[in-house]
Amino acid sequence: MKPRISFEGVSVLFGGLKVVDDVSYAIGEREFVSVIGPSGCGKTTMMNIVAGFVKPSRGAVLLDGKPVAGPGPDRGVIFQEYGVFPCLTVKENIAFGLKLAANRAGEAEREEICARYMRLMGLADFADAWPKTLSGGMRQRLAIARAYAVKPEFLLMDEPFGALDAQTRSAMQDLLLAVLAAEGKTVMLITHSVEEAVYLSNRIVVMTARPTRIREIIEVPFGYPREESLHEKPEFGELRSHVRELVMKEYAAQSRLTQEEKT
Amino acid sequence: MLVLMPWAAIVALWYAIHYSGLVNPALVPAPHAVAERFVELAGQRLPRDVWMSTQRVFLGVALGIAAAVPAGFVLGWYREVRQFIDPLINFFRALPPIALIPLMIVYFGIEETAKVVILFYAAFFSGVIVMYEGIAQISPIYVRVARTLGARDLEIFSRVIVPLTVPHMLTALRVALGVAWATLVASELIAAREGLGSLIQNAANFFLLDIIYVGIICIGFIALAMDVALRLVARRLVAWQDRIA
Repeated sequence: MKPRISFEGVSVLFGGLKVVDDVSYAIGEREFVSVIGPSGCGKTTMMNIVAGFVKPSRGAVLLDGKPVAGPGPDRGVIFQEYGVFPCLTVKENIAFGLKLAANRAGEAEREEICARYMRLMGLADFADAWPKTLSGGMRQRLAIARAYAVKPEFLLMDEPFGALDAQTRSAMQDLLLAVLAAEGKTVMLITHSVEEAVYLSNRIVVMTARPTRIREIIEVPFGYPREESLHEKPEFGELRSHVRELVMKEYAAQSRLTQEEKT
Repeated sequence: MLVLMPWAAIVALWYAIHYSGLVNPALVPAPHAVAERFVELAGQRLPRDVWMSTQRVFLGVALGIAAAVPAGFVLGWYREVRQFIDPLINFFRALPPIALIPLMIVYFGIEETAKVVILFYAAFFSGVIVMYEGIAQISPIYVRVARTLGARDLEIFSRVIVPLTVPHMLTALRVALGVAWATLVASELIAAREGLGSLIQNAANFFLLDIIYVGIICIGFIALAMDVALRLVARRLVAWQDRIA
């Protein structure tokens, strides 16, 4: 399979601090890859390289064989803190990208796209609401709808469900899977949650403590569509404990590192 | 009706002080005496005074904010520029406009220009700081989001930064209006023949306390009316803002 996103010997240094160390892996067409590792290890930095906000100090990230040149609408990014524009209504937020020169759509098309994603994300009743009136889960759905509206081929998500309660989180995961089934995307998800990584992805990249390297790449053998009941399956449980064990070791290593830095 | 309660209380307190004997009644004219004087002046110079003062405040604040907004964008956006200019702005902001009056007379004469310049000065420096502090506090996440959606620099400025800055513009305008009214009397001390400041100044020369009261109350009410109008506009423009109350 031809890789769509490929990390080729990527290292990142911030000042003198090495954050990412010689990372190489590839994400294929319509793959869902989760990157999991201890907090502060450099996962977000890896996503920011793909998004075009950070340049690697060594190596390169290639999109369809070409190095990333900067941010662009081909890569939809869902940030941890949503970044919903407070001064625009729900509908105006979704329409934001469609009014830009880079992907300008006619009014009729814009209306149609907005209507479709508001329906899909359960926001249709809130078209003219200000974001301040929305719950956390709704803001997250709005951020996803806004990213989808410009038809990105890639979806980069940085702990998108981290701030949500367990029920909302689980509902959002199923919604994400449903939307992805409808319009395939190539996805890179940064997460803390082993459960989430196993439930959503084709592959899980487990990262080490800083400077982060690849600890192991794990194939997830379950097909799509996936349902809630998958969580109860013994195979799911086994895989989850395997990943968790790996991740816990790295968390321990990272917290030792943080302790040392403090003293 | 309830809104009038505090006003009624103030008038009652005023009467109480006037009749209490604690203060020489000649030094505190009774509210009705001031009201009579107001009616009398309203048929003479008062409308012209109000008009001149309001016009000066308007002109000074309009020019001051018109300059403060672009300056605020530059200072808020470019940290490097801000580090250079910030001490300078704080230096000039700390100077009371009243201290500059003698210089203004030397440079701009005693006509309208000097007064408008003083008000411009007051409005600009109080406005610009609100503007750039506000802009510098806009979360970079919005700029990042806009970039990932394909926005170019100019689009980020016009579609993200400017709308998010509107509340700060309105705050700058409110602060500037307040400072400008406060500076007005000082500016009209520059040999003004017309204006509420000159009304008060002339009355002071002849110890006409009731006229001083009329002038002060007029300034208070005009400033209040402007603030109320501005808040009404603000409520429309920044309905999206999340506020505590």
